[in-house]
Amino acid sequence: MNPAVVGTRPGVSRPGLLFAALGLAGLAQPFVQFRANRIVAGEGLSLPDALGPWGWAVAAALTGALAMAIPVRRPAPAGLVLALAGLLGVILFAGAAAGALVPEGDRIARVSLGAGFWLLLAAFALALADALSRLALRPAWRWALLAGAVVAGALILGTGLMDDLSVMREYAARRDTFWREAQRHLMLAFGSLGAALAVGLPLGILVHEAPRLRGAVLGVLNVVQTIPSLALFGIMIPLFGWIAASVPGAAAAGIAGIGAFPALVALFLYSLLPVVSNLLAGLAGVPPGVREAAAGLGMTRAQTLAQVMIPLTLPVLLAAVRIVLVQNIGLAVIAGLIGGGGFGSFVFQGLNQTAMDLVLLGALPTIALALVSGIALDLALEGIDPRKVRA
Amino acid sequence: MIEIEHLTKRYGALAAVDDVSLTVERGQIAALVGTSGSGKTTLLRMINRLVEPTSGRVRIDGTDTAALPPHLLRRRIGYAIQGHGLFPHRTVAQNIATVPRLLGWDRARIAARVDELLELFQLPPAEFRDRMPHQLSGGQQQRVGVARALAARPDLLLMDEPFGALDPVIRAQAQTDLRRIQRELGTTLVIVTHDMAEAITLGDRIAVMEQGRLLQYAPPREILTAPATPFVARLIGRDERPFHLLSLTCVADLIQPGEAEGPPLAPGASLRDALSLCLWTGRAALPVEGGGVVTLEALRRAAEGRSP
Repeated sequence: MNPAVVGTRPGVSRPGLLFAALGLAGLAQPFVQFRANRIVAGEGLSLPDALGPWGWAVAAALTGALAMAIPVRRPAPAGLVLALAGLLGVILFAGAAAGALVPEGDRIARVSLGAGFWLLLAAFALALADALSRLALRPAWRWALLAGAVVAGALILGTGLMDDLSVMREYAARRDTFWREAQRHLMLAFGSLGAALAVGLPLGILVHEAPRLRGAVLGVLNVVQTIPSLALFGIMIPLFGWIAASVPGAAAAGIAGIGAFPALVALFLYSLLPVVSNLLAGLAGVPPGVREAAAGLGMTRAQTLAQVMIPLTLPVLLAAVRIVLVQNIGLAVIAGLIGGGGFGSFVFQGLNQTAMDLVLLGALPTIALALVSGIALDLALEGIDPRKVRA
Repeated sequence: MIEIEHLTKRYGALAAVDDVSLTVERGQIAALVGTSGSGKTTLLRMINRLVEPTSGRVRIDGTDTAALPPHLLRRRIGYAIQGHGLFPHRTVAQNIATVPRLLGWDRARIAARVDELLELFQLPPAEFRDRMPHQLSGGQQQRVGVARALAARPDLLLMDEPFGALDPVIRAQAQTDLRRIQRELGTTLVIVTHDMAEAITLGDRIAVMEQGRLLQYAPPREILTAPATPFVARLIGRDERPFHLLSLTCVADLIQPGEAEGPPLAPGASLRDALSLCLWTGRAALPVEGGGVVTLEALRRAAEGRSP
């Protein structure tokens, strides 16, 4: 039989089976947790428990979708719509369940997301990723989808549909702090990226021009990369503390043993290796004939670098920016540990108070931020025609 | 005119180029031939100082090349290499404009020069100006590479195996075009090749190199008829010698009075073409356009290396 025909034949999709199994397992788990107040142990509730008769309908619909629709091999656009609908449904049902469970005017009862919610979310998110990769949309469409997802997320949160969930309760109690920490988080991630580019690019070019330095520079950066972040702070807190105390003007310039400064330095140090090593790989990848032609036509070393080598290295550099930015958005959480602020401060407060909802208030925006910037930079990378930069 | 005097390049104990002296007259083509590792490319790259000589000197029109900063020297010398070395992120027009831009020409002058060169290389400017290198065929890329080398009207053009990456049919055409353009512009040309046939087709003089030493520097006919060493004779190839000789002369130089059957030959065709036609059609004589004949007997004598 013609393999192309086999590919389009209606039948069972193996990844689909896996997603369905995951989702059905989720249906068997409590969808949300209900607690009379923030501290007491919760009780797990299924969809029907939470939503009453409507819950039975929703559970039946989800069961049907997971058992009958998701595992069926279908054209990618239909799969995309199905997965999107499922994803949106699971999120909105969680909001609705919280609304139904919390008595009107009650500010103490808490409804948090249960294992069932997370499994269902994972199942539909995986189905969505699968459909997207099969669809192989043009970058313009994927930009539109990304923008749509961000707008949809903002709308769902902004219209108050989720306000009765405990994560949103934590948010409501800390609205001002939240946005300040968000700004701080972005400053940490982008600031350290900017510093790493400002230092890493000249450093990479220097190593490229003077290959004798290569072993030493990459060796040091590799060692830095292997130091655990906690150990790095352990070194920096006394070091910068001493500098701030003994060097005149250092404290006024923002140097301190704890707070944002050491966090920024740590993120910067972790970012240097990807920037420098990607730049070096990119420069080494420029075809020898192109370099020879540049020199032979009378370009100076600086002109060769600026007009030929760096432009041809751009895709690899952008890849480094992607790695560093996603890495730093995640790593910036540890700044919360040393008073550096950012979403990490919610995570560590939550851990101290064993308030998982507060942990989520820090973790969820971090994940969303990393996901969106990762996808956006991937799309930017794809926008560069590889044939234009490789002979 | 290029005068190369006692030029030597040593890498440690090894002499890549060993005391080479030769002169290329203005408007002439010198072909550097040799096996790989013979030092021909190193010799070429010492002319524009991509390789700095250990000793000896190069003078271009009387000026010592060591007197100029290397990048300024190179902007006055065209340079084209195997596999073209085009900048993949720049359009055809931007590639060709590289040296004029480095020299600070104004926009209008650069645009006019780019179009002029594209015409010269039979690439219609409207169609090719804004293409990227990857959108061109191998032959077109090579032509753009040579056009780029000629952009700032250099008196001297250096080429390192410029046709090495082309298939035989396109290569023959590229050689003919290069010869035409070189005559038209009056550029002095030094070309490195490992292909003796190419050296004979293009070179006014051929320099044969082996292990860094210049074995013989002479016009093609002399190289063919009086090879200086057994190595030169081996490089020519014993079987190829008569055909190479015939390819050096055109039919016009061998015309005798008389008449013959068949379609007439162009006077500019090579004796090699004439011999091939004689053998293929089984005739002892061929008519030439404008009167007269060329005979198989005369071709045979010419192939023995006697003067026609």
